Amino acid sequence: MIQRRDFLKTAAAASALALPNIARGQGAKLLRFVPQANLSSLDAVAGTQYVVRNAAFLIWDTLYGVDSQLTPKPQMCEGHTVDAALKTWTFKLRPGLKFHDGEKVTSKDVVASLNRWMVRDTMGQIIKTRLDALEALDDLTFRFRLNQPFAKMLFALGKNNAPVAFIMPERIANTDPFKLISEYVGSGPMRFRQDQWVPGAEAVFERFADYSVRPEPGDWLAGGKKMYFDRIEWKIMPDAATAGAALQSGEVDWWETPIADLVPLLKKNKNISVDIADPFGNIGALRMNHLQPPFNDVRARKALLMGLDQQDYMQAVVGDNPDLWKRLPSYFTPGTPFYTEEGGEILKGPRNYDGAKKLLAEAGLLGAKVTLVVATDVGITKAQGDVTADLLKRIGFEVDFVATDWGTVGARRAKKDPPSQGGWNIFHTWHAGADCVNPAPYTALDAGGDKAWFGWPKSDEVQADILKWYAAPDAAAEKAAMAAINKASFENVTYAPTGFFLLYQAWRNSLSGVVKAPFPVFWGVQKS
Amino acid sequence: MFAYIVRRIVATIPVVAIVALFIFSLLYFAPGDPAAIIAGDQASPADVERIRASLGLDRPFVVRFAEWSWQVLHGDLGVSIFTNLPVTKMIGQRIEPTVSLMLLTLLLAISTAVPLGVLAAWKQGTWIDRLVMMIAVSGFSVPVFVVGYILAYVFALSLDWFPVQGYTPFSLSDPLPWLRNLILPAMALGLAFVALIARITRATMLEVLSQDYIRTARAKGVGQRPILFLHALKNAAVPIVTIIGIGFAGLIGGAVVTESVFAIPGVGRLVVDAILRRDYPIIQGVVLILSFVYVLVNLGVDLLYTLFDPRIRY
Repeated sequence: MIQRRDFLKTAAAASALALPNIARGQGAKLLRFVPQANLSSLDAVAGTQYVVRNAAFLIWDTLYGVDSQLTPKPQMCEGHTVDAALKTWTFKLRPGLKFHDGEKVTSKDVVASLNRWMVRDTMGQIIKTRLDALEALDDLTFRFRLNQPFAKMLFALGKNNAPVAFIMPERIANTDPFKLISEYVGSGPMRFRQDQWVPGAEAVFERFADYSVRPEPGDWLAGGKKMYFDRIEWKIMPDAATAGAALQSGEVDWWETPIADLVPLLKKNKNISVDIADPFGNIGALRMNHLQPPFNDVRARKALLMGLDQQDYMQAVVGDNPDLWKRLPSYFTPGTPFYTEEGGEILKGPRNYDGAKKLLAEAGLLGAKVTLVVATDVGITKAQGDVTADLLKRIGFEVDFVATDWGTVGARRAKKDPPSQGGWNIFHTWHAGADCVNPAPYTALDAGGDKAWFGWPKSDEVQADILKWYAAPDAAAEKAAMAAINKASFENVTYAPTGFFLLYQAWRNSLSGVVKAPFPVFWGVQKS
Repeated sequence: MFAYIVRRIVATIPVVAIVALFIFSLLYFAPGDPAAIIAGDQASPADVERIRASLGLDRPFVVRFAEWSWQVLHGDLGVSIFTNLPVTKMIGQRIEPTVSLMLLTLLLAISTAVPLGVLAAWKQGTWIDRLVMMIAVSGFSVPVFVVGYILAYVFALSLDWFPVQGYTPFSLSDPLPWLRNLILPAMALGLAFVALIARITRATMLEVLSQDYIRTARAKGVGQRPILFLHALKNAAVPIVTIIGIGFAGLIGGAVVTESVFAIPGVGRLVVDAILRRDYPIIQGVVLILSFVYVLVNLGVDLLYTLFDPRIRY
């Protein structure tokens, strides 16, 4: 028999267990952030994953940094001088910069870091081919001596696209550029607490007291990176519903990429703000294998463009909200200074399925089998893959739909063999709009054949136009070069852009100072 | 008995060895490439190839398996391809939440399911029996993640009684935060287990309650409670313990989902992340340890038989 006193004791214990959930560590100095993906490594030079780069921006600093107009501004550097021929670039570091281990930042560290970065980065590789010497002149001064002019030096050193030219201590920077570093010491505004890192669950950053903040207002990677938090905790949440619930209950403060399905729910919550994350958005991509039939024939690639309806793709990716997507008869990011639609007519107007079929018939490819490899564990690629399967059938291909995961697509797309031997014909991905503002960081646009990105497109015309862009002396010449690249890329059908789309970010209203950018900008954000 | 335990533990060695060979082969021949994931989407094919070579992934199967086996024999499970951290350290970071979740789930499930099963058997054919069986059928039918979402929505988001996600390490001085974090996940994970144990308990109890010795006990005037819990349940325990042991494997699988839904940094999530990234050393290490644990659990079950049925001797 349960006694009344026992019952009351039990009830009291149960009520203590079910106390209202007062979120832990509500201090204004703690930020709890849910990143877009698991932070599985922390080397943004050896790897190009966006999530790694975003974390790296907290730990490491750059010599220059682009602002929201993509103009490079001095960051670790005090300034630079360059000769009239654009061949000798001399830079001076700001005095007083320190690494997180207390050591001073010197030009030797810079030289070692840039040497590692130049091996991996497209722009770095171009500098390397023109390099006579990269030398430390004294503790704070270093110099590039080039044998050809290179006008885009400051952009290369300050760009936000991975691999980013992060500066690390010489001993770490001497690591093979194809091996991941295992010591995460930078000179950025936050120090990585490696001892508290639980990969796949939590990453902790603590404010670096000796960080030297620039006096200018912060603007993306330029200006003062003033941190208002003593501690930032990245909470890895593989389940979107859990992340959404945690944001609503106040257990986290900021969610980098809420999925479209949950956005209406979050918008209804008066404690949460939802807004576009990255104004540069993303470009959906249908990537064809140029080495294997049927897409080794440009007529097959053109037929696909003739039938491709970007509205179908974009609605599948982001839903019916027209504010989140737009048609993109271009390879470049809309709304940027050098955006062009030159040669993009094939993606405009009503879709021409009959024309596509006719073109395939002329090429003798009607009914050809297409192996479409789709990563169904990634929503954006899954949605695109479904639309492509339908499109291919409509224009007269036979479809072999291979549903798999992103890890497998990553491996399979590197195979140049025929699909019957483990190769592929089409896979889907997307490119950050910030990577597609010009040809420098735009690996997917390269048409250098065997050395090009997966699909290995080859077009001498595209390559020549890219070189013209690098050599462009002024904005008008750059614009002309980009128009020519766009036109040649559509002629060659380097890949098929499936449209432009935007993604959201969401945060608790206790935060202020959250800005739109291609990466989460933590400096300048405050919590009440 | 001691000799039996030693024999059984020694017998785990070939089992674990076969598991090791199987999982290594499976991962070797499975599609996927950690080098491509490290390199990221913008990397060139040549870069991916260089990274693959730097990781030693281009070496033949025999060389890689021999190297890994040698490491394992020396108690070294290797280093994560991505984090450069020792696999043992990464498993060590994750073991407490998983063990906590499983123990609490077992505790909740057994303490709920056995009485429910006994009750259903005792009240066979009544509304109580039907209610218990309805709960059991629901527990089997509703996936763990759906139960998890419902519990999180009601008790965390709407009522604000418990946290939505996360884990607080156990502390003897204040175990309440630990319990508050785990109670919903344990309920979600335990429901199917409750259903399984309750059904088996009911079925076994019904069989035992129809035995002659139970009728004799009743005829001698033994009360209902002693009959149920002293005479019947003890004799019904062997199949119940067996099903708890078998269900342990299901619990491991369910923990993977539960840890994802409630963002618990456990071994289940570690291995799922590793599979998605093809972090081979972690997958191999976790599977090896889990297979060993599973063998030990079965050994524990076998030993428990002797406790409930003295006729069983090893």
